[in-house]
This record gives sequence, C-alpha cells and structure tokens, in this order.
Amino acid sequence: MSPVIPIRAETTTGCTDVTPLVQRGQREVFCGLTGIIWLHRKIQDAFFLVVGSRTCAHLIQSAAGVMIFAEPRFGTAIIDERDLAGLADVHEELDRVVHQLLNRRPDIRMLFLVGSCPSEVIKLDLSRAAQRLNQIHHPAVRVLNYSGSGIETTFTQGEDACLAALVPGLPSMNPQVPSQTKPQLMVVGTLADVVEDQLRHLLEQMNITVNFFPPRNSQKMPAVGANTRFLLAQPFLADTARALQDRGAQHLPATFPLGIEGTTSWLQAAAQEFGVSPLLFEKVTAAPKQRAEKALAVHRQMLDGKRIFFFPDSQLEIPLARFLNREMNMDLVEVGTPYLHRQHMAAELALLPTGTRISEGQDVDLQLDRCVEDKPDMVVCGLGLANPLEAQGMTTKWAIELVFTPIQGYEQAADLAGLFSRPLRRREKLAA
Amino acid sequence: MQLTLWTYEGPPHVGAMRIATAMRDVHYVLHAPQGDTYADLLFTMIERLPRRPPVTYTTFQARDLGGDTAELFKDAARQAIERFKPAAMLVGSSCTAELIQDDPGGLAHALKLDIPVIPLELPSYQRKENWGASETFYQLCRHLVLKPEEKTAKSRPSCNILGPSALGFRHRDDVKEITQLLNKLGVDINVVAPLEATVADIRKLADADFNVVLYPEIGMSTALWLLRQFDQPHTKTVPLGSNATQDFIREVCALAGIEVPAIEEMTARARWYAQSVDSTYLTGKRVYLFGDATHVVSAARIASEEMGFEVVGLGTYSREFAREVRDCAKKYGVEALITDDYLEVEAQITELHPELILGTQMERHIAKRHGIPCAVISAPVHVQDFPARYAPQMGLEGANVLFDTWVHPLMMGLEEHLLGMFKQDFEFHEGASPSHLGSARPAEIIVEQAVTQKEASNQATWSVEAEKELGKIPFFVRGKARRNTEKYALDQGVATITVDTLYDAKAHYSR
Repeated sequence: MSPVIPIRAETTTGCTDVTPLVQRGQREVFCGLTGIIWLHRKIQDAFFLVVGSRTCAHLIQSAAGVMIFAEPRFGTAIIDERDLAGLADVHEELDRVVHQLLNRRPDIRMLFLVGSCPSEVIKLDLSRAAQRLNQIHHPAVRVLNYSGSGIETTFTQGEDACLAALVPGLPSMNPQVPSQTKPQLMVVGTLADVVEDQLRHLLEQMNITVNFFPPRNSQKMPAVGANTRFLLAQPFLADTARALQDRGAQHLPATFPLGIEGTTSWLQAAAQEFGVSPLLFEKVTAAPKQRAEKALAVHRQMLDGKRIFFFPDSQLEIPLARFLNREMNMDLVEVGTPYLHRQHMAAELALLPTGTRISEGQDVDLQLDRCVEDKPDMVVCGLGLANPLEAQGMTTKWAIELVFTPIQGYEQAADLAGLFSRPLRRREKLAA
Repeated sequence: MQLTLWTYEGPPHVGAMRIATAMRDVHYVLHAPQGDTYADLLFTMIERLPRRPPVTYTTFQARDLGGDTAELFKDAARQAIERFKPAAMLVGSSCTAELIQDDPGGLAHALKLDIPVIPLELPSYQRKENWGASETFYQLCRHLVLKPEEKTAKSRPSCNILGPSALGFRHRDDVKEITQLLNKLGVDINVVAPLEATVADIRKLADADFNVVLYPEIGMSTALWLLRQFDQPHTKTVPLGSNATQDFIREVCALAGIEVPAIEEMTARARWYAQSVDSTYLTGKRVYLFGDATHVVSAARIASEEMGFEVVGLGTYSREFAREVRDCAKKYGVEALITDDYLEVEAQITELHPELILGTQMERHIAKRHGIPCAVISAPVHVQDFPARYAPQMGLEGANVLFDTWVHPLMMGLEEHLLGMFKQDFEFHEGASPSHLGSARPAEIIVEQAVTQKEASNQATWSVEAEKELGKIPFFVRGKARRNTEKYALDQGVATITVDTLYDAKAHYSR
C-alpha cells in the first residue's frame, strides 16, 4: 500500500508566522449577496429578500438568471426615490412588500431580509424590521436579517452572515433529553447533499452522531448548547463560529476537509474529542483513503510541478493551496485571500511551505502585474478576469466553481483535483 | 419600494459601462462599493469578451466611509489614466456612491487632466440601464464631436450607424447585416458608434450626410442632438422584419438622394416560408409581446403582417418610448402595458393565455411557469443569446433568423392535429412537450389550472361533464376557452356551466 500522507514531511512550522502582502486598491470580488445563489438551494423553504438598489437585483439575476425559474426563491425590494426623500415611510413600504411576497408564496417558512450597501449607507434598520415582521407573521414565517453588502462582506462571507443570524434562534440543548446530555457534534457550513451524507456515514461508523448546520429545511434547526462541539466545514465562518461559541459551543480546531490529508485530520479532530479509538478510526477511514489516493494519482500526473497563482475570492484559497501543494505536488506562486482569519486558518498555515507568498486583500491591477510577471501554469481567479487572462495565453480555473461543486471529503478529493487538471487537459487537447 | 423578482434593466451605470466597453480608447472611473465589479462578468462571461472592460472601480468598503472616499476616487482616477492611457475618460457614481455624494465630476476636474473628462450624472434611483447608455453616449458626443470642415464633394453618400453597444441583443451581427445592406445600396459608413468606435471616430461624426439609428433606446438622443447641431437627418424606421427593411431601404435612399433599387427582389426567404402551406396553421396564433420598445414595436408588425399571428397583448419596459408603444398597440386593438414590474407582466400573461410569448429572458421564467412556448426577441438576455453563429435580427437575413426562432418553440402542425384527435396516447399526450423539443414539459401547467379553478369558484361552477369536455380542447387554447366560457356564463347569468354553455360560448366568440 502506498503511503497516503504525508507526501512531504515538513519539519518547519510552515507559514504560521507569515506576514501577508497587503495591498489596498481595486478589489475584483463579489459582495456577500452572491451567497444567496447557493443558500436558497440549501434551505429549500427559505426566501431571500434583498433590500437594496437595482444594482443588487441586477447582480443576483446576472448570476442566477441563466437558470429559468418557475418560482424563484429570492428577490429584491428596490429602494426608490420616494424612500430616499423620506416621502414614504421605509418601514411601512417594507411591510407592504413583504406582505405582497408572502401572499404570492405561502409555502415560505423563513424569510431573510438581506442588507445591502444602499440600505446600510442610509442606515435602514433591518433588524428592527425583521423583529416587527416576525411578530406579524409568526408562526407561519420566521423573519431574520443579515448583511450581504459589499462594504461589509466579500462573497462567501454572505453565508457567514446568514448562518450567524440563524444561531441565536437555534433551539437550546435540553438537559432533560437523554441524548442531549452528552457532547454532540455539529458540522458548520453549507455542503453539497452528497458530501453531507458521506461525512455523516463516516462519523456514524465511529459512533459519533452529527448534525449539519445549515439544515436542508428551516424547520429542522439543530440544537446548540454547552455540549455542542463544532467542526467548521468551510473556512469563511468567523462570525458564525463566534456566535456558536457565545451559545456555549466549543470549536474543534482542524484543517478543512479538502483532500485526503485535510479530510483525515478534520475527522481526527472529531474522533479525538469523542474518544474514538485509533484502531476504529483507521478501520473506518482506511478504505476511502486508499480509494481516494488511487483516484488522485491520475490527476497528479497532470498537476505535478505546475505553478499555481490564486487571486482572492472565497477564503478557500489557503486550504486549496495546501491540498494542491502537498497532495498534488504543485508549486505555489501566490496565494491570495480576501480575508485571513489566523485562528481558523492556523492548522492550514502550518502545512504550507515556509516562504509561500500569501496576500490578503487586493489591488487588482498590481496583482495582475505580478501574475503576468510570474507566468504561472495556472491562475485561479474570478470570472471577471478569467477570459481576459485566457486570451493572454494563461490557463485559468474560475474560482466560483469551487463553491458550487462537491469538493469536500475523501470521495470528492479526485473531483477537486479534476477541477484543476481539467483546464490544463483542455488546453492540451485544443492545442493539438 | 418595489418588490422585484427579476429586473428588466440594470442600473444606469451599467448602461455607461456598455458605452465605455463598446468603445476602443475610453476609460470609465466608477465610484462604487466593493462587489460592484460583478458587472465585469456581464461582458467577460455573457458577451464572452476576451478583455477586461475599461472600468476602474474605487471599491470602497465600510471602513473607508469614515475616511476620505473622495481621495480614494482621485487616486483611482489618477492611476487609471497612468495605467491605461485613454483618449477620454468617463467619471461617475454607482447607486451607493450616489448616496455619499462625492461628486466625481468635480473631483476629476480638480485633477486637471490633459484628456477630455466627461462627468456622468446618472440618477440611479430614478433611471435605468438604457437611459444610462443613451445619456452617456449623448454626453460623450456633446463633449467630443467637432464641427465639420467644409464638406468636399464625395462620390458616394455616407452615414453613421448609431446605437450598437456592448451587451446589446445581437448588435454585433445587426451592424454587419445593415452595413452590407447600406454598402449594397451605395452608401458608405462614416462611423459606427459607440461599438468599436474610438474618440477620433466620435470627433468626426458630423462629417456624415445622415444617421442611421438602429437602436433608438441608445442612439436617439444623440441623433436628435446631431440634427439640431449639424442639420444631420436620421432614419426613423428600424429595419427589423422583411417589410420594415424595405421601408428602411426607401427611407435611406431618400435621405441619401439615390434611386430606390428594385425592391421587390430584396426580400427575405422568410416571406416564402411564411406563405408556404406548412405555415398555414400559424394563422391567428395568439401571441404576446414584451421587451424594449424597438423590438416590441417591430416584432408586433412582423407577427401580424408577416407571420399572420394575432397580437393579443404587448408591452414594454422602456418608459422613454411609451408613446410609440401605445400608438403601436392601438393598431392591434390592445392596450399597451408600460411597466418594469415583472409581476405585472406575469399577471397580464396569465390573464390573456397566449399561445406564444415573444419576450425577454424574464418572460422565459413566466413561460416556464405557465407551460407556454416562448422565444426571446429583446434584452435582457443571457449567454445563450450571444451566439457564436451569425444571428442578426435586422435586415433580410434577420427576418430569416426571426422566422426560425419564433416558429421553433411551437408544436409542429401534424403533432398538433393528432393531439387534437387522440388524447390518450401514452407518449404523445398534452402533458408532454412538443416532441421536436425532446425534453419534458414542466408540470406547472397543472398547478396553473388548479389556480384558475379556484378563481372560477367565485363565479359560475363547472359541471363535471363540461369540465371533461373542456379537457378535450387542445391544451394551448384551453386556458383561453375556459376564460371565455366563464366570461360568457357571467354575462349571461348562467350559474352552472354545462357542455352546452361551453359550446354556446365557443359560438359566441367565434368570428
């Protein structure tokens, strides 16, 4: 049997003490509203109502409107001149719009009022509005609010804000219920349904019962309390983690479940906490690890030694870079992240090769200069940059797909690698 | 505040981006929060441009709001000039920046740049994308167009083509088709603008003898200004459809002072296609139209004169051209719906039960919900409507493209006949989609019928037999039959609708 991990033995502390390159200028990133695109599919009985401008409405439909919806589960309450001039009472207007919406869609059980740049600049108090609307529409509909504005949030931080808004409303652990007197595991962050099922199966084989947050249905929120131990499945959940800790839950620090190594050490964190024997752990994980290793080998041939450059997008960049470097033998040219949460990223940073150029934030023109100068074999970037870079002869992997594809866990390790090898393979094919 | 599930137009600064991106050496510095760079994707993904739009965003964040966002703007403008070396610069605000009132025009003026700087005042909470594009193009021309020198006698008349822009529905191929047509008539093209134009091109706009306005939504304000300033006349017919193209040829010849060619030979293949017996079943198909004013007005004419459809309703989101659309609607004896509210459009379509919807990407959502065939005739559109193949809407080839596109979603003649005769087939049944489209018809049809039934309960009730009889009517006209019968029952004071009522109503409404 081939050795699974580590592929490279690191004796240093990696990038633990790294000082990221910080440049401030134009940031070519999405705002947090974009999170709605996947959150509306995850929580199927929720509706996301953005309170913002036509720009906000345009953003969401440009991203999602290529799908034809019989019943879209998101919309925008567009602020107009009358609202700004104070001619209309904004709160009355909002009540009217929500009423109209709920009449049209009686199947909605949870409504998110999503704040935007305009609503925040004019200081529209959506949390008060949510409270008020909650009183009106309770118990048929729960109304919550969070901010997805560009001034406050970048791309995946929209999910963080959404989940953090859900935390105070989660039911408390009930000490009367026998199953809730012992520590329980919660996995936090939106995962594809198939990934959820696999991870649940693995954990249950180790006799750990697990809840996922967010759930697929707004009526099935997991309970939280001092007995809750939570693992982050996604790296962009700073506020959600803090909110859970405020409810007494304990964070289990780990790498993120990307690749074989990441998944193993992520599971290990739970196994240790719940006293799973090393023997059982090995028994449960051996087969999937071996399978994944075999599947990865195909992609390693393509990726080995290739140089990769990450533009900031989702905060997934550092774990991805760790996976591609340690399991696919790729060289890291630059790893950009919109925001670096040192504590959640600690396990990941320790595994990155010392001296990796990590950048936080962005000045897109300067970063493009660096990218062109470095001539990487592959560039991970947003769709605003991808085609222009391809036209300059670079091979790109558009970053957003990494948020929309099942990539976590053992069974998806090869799919994840495939996302990176595919553009290279395509370039070879088309060049022939 | 307005509830919006889908918006027909983006904010006005997206219109300004469409002008900047269409052109070659203009840069746009946009005061906007982080995240508004999503608009780049419209151009790099939907239109698949291989370059970044020439737009620099200030992308301010919350922490900047406490500080000096004006300074942020000035830095961005200075750096953009240094890096991109444009021949002219547009400056303006997005909706959020409009709220913080930094006055990009004034700030750019203070920088004392040595290229023309055109400040844009685009009220984001009142106006929309097309207005923004039109205004930007107009301001650009006002700042740049030079008074022509003494005109030297030319062998051939020349014109400008005004209106085509980035992210325009089929603008790329329309320009090609109309350029070919004009050249064939003996007219030279002076400048096409804004698409592919440079600042130098804009400067010489007044040199042409006349203007061809292909897209009034974007080009008309500029054409009117050129008329006032330089006495340059412009075309008023948009060459969409066979008949309109022939009118356009006559109009161009008159403006250019050239002889009208043998026009009856200049017809589209679509004309014969529509005459051929295969198309007979298209007669009187009930069609609903929605989109920008230009495409709706033209499509209504094509539907009625060239396809033999019945226009049962039409509307536009282009408020600026509401009068033209109202006048057009009168010709077909319908009331124009002028709205940018998707839900109103949906309500009208539900009411009218057309057999075909010609609309925008947004009407495709409605069509799906109601199981009605649909073709796209106007922006907003998505990536599939920026095709690789040659696909103009205008001119003679455009008429051919339109024929194919509109007929495609309809069930083909033989299948339609057989469905009317035999209802119980396990494969070809009314719940199935037209078999030439392959995939399944959505189940929403049933949902929709349930709704009508509920509504109907307020009025006359349907007897079981009548309900059954109604089921025998082909599904694409059944909704209409139901409404007509209910209306008839109400008018006649019939409490229970029987099979007889159904056929009484049918006889009553058949003319």
